[in-house]
Amino acid sequence: MSTKKEEYSKYYVPDQSIWPIVGALALGLIAFGAGHFTIEASKQEAGYGHYILGAGLLVLLIMLVGWFGDQIRESRQGLYNAQLGRSYKQGMSWFIFSEVMFFLAFFGALFYARMIAVPWLGGASNNVSTGEILWPAFEAIWPLTTTPDGTTTQAMGWFGLPLMNTAILVVSSVTLHFAHVALEENKRKALTNWLILTIVLGLIFLGFQGYEYVHAYRDLGLTMQSGIYGNTFFLLTGFHGLHVTLGAILLIIMLGRVLAGHFTKDDQFGFQAAAWYWHFVDVVWLLLFVFVYII
Amino acid sequence: MSTTVSDTHSAHDAHDDHHDHKPTGIKRWLFTTNHKDIGSMYLWFSFLMFLVGGSMALMIRAELFQPGMQIIDPHFFNQMTTMHGVIMVFGAVMPAFVGLANWMIPMMIGAPDMALPRMNNWSFWILPFAFLIMLSSFFMPGGAPAFGWTFYAPLSTTYSTDSTALFVFSMHIMGMSSIMGAINVIVTIMNMRAPGMNYMKMPLFVWTWFITAFLLIAVMPVLAGVVTMVLTDKYFGTSFFDAAGGGDPVLFQHLFWFFGHPEVYIMILPSFGIVSAIIPAFARKPLFGYASMVYATASIAGLSFLVWAHHMFTTGMPTFASLFFMYMTMLIAVPTGVKVFNWVSTMWRGAMTFETPMLFSLAFVILFTIGGFSGIMLAITPVDYQYHDTYFVVAHFHYVLVTGAVFSIMAAAYYWLPKWSGVMYDDFLSKLHFWCSLISVNILFFPMHFVGLAGMPRRIPDYAIQFADINQIVSIGGFLFGFSQLIFLAVALKCAFKKGKPAPAKPWEGAEGLEWTVPSPAPYHTFDVPPKV
Ligand code: HEM
Ligand SMILES: [Cu+2]
Repeated sequence: MSTKKEEYSKYYVPDQSIWPIVGALALGLIAFGAGHFTIEASKQEAGYGHYILGAGLLVLLIMLVGWFGDQIRESRQGLYNAQLGRSYKQGMSWFIFSEVMFFLAFFGALFYARMIAVPWLGGASNNVSTGEILWPAFEAIWPLTTTPDGTTTQAMGWFGLPLMNTAILVVSSVTLHFAHVALEENKRKALTNWLILTIVLGLIFLGFQGYEYVHAYRDLGLTMQSGIYGNTFFLLTGFHGLHVTLGAILLIIMLGRVLAGHFTKDDQFGFQAAAWYWHFVDVVWLLLFVFVYII
Repeated sequence: MSTTVSDTHSAHDAHDDHHDHKPTGIKRWLFTTNHKDIGSMYLWFSFLMFLVGGSMALMIRAELFQPGMQIIDPHFFNQMTTMHGVIMVFGAVMPAFVGLANWMIPMMIGAPDMALPRMNNWSFWILPFAFLIMLSSFFMPGGAPAFGWTFYAPLSTTYSTDSTALFVFSMHIMGMSSIMGAINVIVTIMNMRAPGMNYMKMPLFVWTWFITAFLLIAVMPVLAGVVTMVLTDKYFGTSFFDAAGGGDPVLFQHLFWFFGHPEVYIMILPSFGIVSAIIPAFARKPLFGYASMVYATASIAGLSFLVWAHHMFTTGMPTFASLFFMYMTMLIAVPTGVKVFNWVSTMWRGAMTFETPMLFSLAFVILFTIGGFSGIMLAITPVDYQYHDTYFVVAHFHYVLVTGAVFSIMAAAYYWLPKWSGVMYDDFLSKLHFWCSLISVNILFFPMHFVGLAGMPRRIPDYAIQFADINQIVSIGGFLFGFSQLIFLAVALKCAFKKGKPAPAKPWEGAEGLEWTVPSPAPYHTFDVPPKV
């Protein structure tokens, strides 16, 4: 069909689609609902925020199903070409880069607190008198188990559950890699099994993480309100957990597609994107484990 | 999704690529995937926000016309300064640049559309929702946010109004919109260039946007992080910014300005690209020092990550930190100077004419440079102790942002309006717009330098009597500038309704670039098959 001078394959520009604006509506409802819900909850008032938030999440779900559905259908109709594939891959890489920067903000807060804020409160640099006068009893140590205003907590150790979780997540990255190898070699059975194993490991990780939070709140008195140590602990691990959840959902969708016979050696963007995301989440955990738990 | 399968893998003859069918009615805009439609929506949205934010500025200037409290109460005054800043930065300037990127980048690099057209529409439509939420906070008990566009803790945590959560979440979705928009731009540029359009042949507008998009992806997530910490500090009992719990309010400023300084370059780099397109066109000479422009842009972007604490000299940082940030900041003036030098050299011995886009660009070069000079003054740590948080800072950033960013956007609009609409803009009105803006903007912002140096603090509704004269002049300038922008509205509407002389494909004799090879108005689909470069 294509002669020499017409080697160019047309870039697929989709026709009109309702999903983007549905997605915008969803985000609008989520933001509005979450905002009102937060305000109402803080004042312990009854309100309608959570309904709007729920509606937003529902619309988001519908949007995702619809949009990805279109996307998968188009891809399987062969509308996509290599150039579009590159667009998706590059888009996904930049998205992951933005996620890296998001975590950087929280790591930045952690490092600032440990290396600057807490020592200064304890009188370091030129703050000796300030420290003495404001909080004479305060001791600048990390983990900060007693805050300047006297809130106390216990630190979360790294041995035990966190170490196990680290192992689980690292192994899950490896199993996912095996799944990818199986896909490349077109061994569908192995692909399915490795993928299922990865998902199961991810879910176990989340279960343990949930249990760890219960342990922190119940046994250690380590809560969101326990000062900067608890704050950085919960926000970093919490956002990481959220990302694992998202990654697991992506992998489950990919499992569904694998079972439906999708993906080949040359057509595997969805799978690859989910895999990249999973590896990224894994790397974040390793950093977390070192900087939040161990050091 | 009705493109037929057989269509796509086969190559096309040029003629059936120019089926110029476009959907009609409201659906065209709601569901569109067309970069030109989306570009237009961004531009109109941004202009609307410009007028909304502008009315807030006029409210501020009305109150400051005389010392004493006259029209609005202090709390409402603070809401006005806050929302004015937020709307102008996130609602007017940034979306205007995204709109220009949408319209022009695909045409400049010979691409059929943006790389991810559906996501493109998503990015746009998030914005109206985000700003509706932001504006809805005026109707909450306690009113809208009143802590300044910089939302410093503890103003935004301990002392903020109830509606802060709405501010936070609307910032979140606004940030998502920016990140998606930036990803789209970057991927389009990396992946959609026509054969032969290599990186060092790209027009500078494309280059500057390429680098801007990188900055956006790098810093918008940090903004998301810091608003999240504000949210948890205010509503969930964390103490990131509270010393009693081991945190530090200065941490807020570090995080905010790590985003904030690159953000100001996000608002000026595309301007550099615009001016670098327009000046050569009307000086009828190629741009002087193309490669050095590219390197200067890249080094400005790189350095912009290392200067954030020049906003924080008075927070009690260690001296070595102040010094570091002072020198780094001054270093940025070097690549910026390279740019100004190149623009001037481009004009040197050129055959210049002074159409409206050129007038705005010339004003840009001169007035932006004034803003850069006041920036250098502010960067000198010991002097900044006096200037910080005075009207001098307000004068500085309005020179770079209004006579810089906004003027360049106006220049871009006049330059490309014939291409967008197919008709020439009304020349008389456009010149009137330029001269009214130029004169009033200087009446508005120049005297601010003096009250600032004399010690008038920013963000206050009342002031000492000795500042009264200058404030009156400033307020008069403000109203004149505000109403001058309605002239632009008239020009734009006339073009939108095709009232004007039909424009040729290339209305500017000296203009260069692929966008001038397609007819005016640009067909709905351009470059379905890439052009040869
Ligand atoms: C040579 C280049 C520049 C230098 C050396 C410079 C330096 C500074 C310094 C030191 C401050 C802090 C003043 C203070 O708060 O005491 C400042 C504030 C500011 N600058 Fe610049 N600047 C430059 C260019 C720009 C550009 C290009 C923009 C935007 C397009 C910009 C926008 C701002 C804004 C918005 C603020 C005030 C932020 C606030 O506190 O609300 N500046 N600049
Ligand atoms: Cu700055």
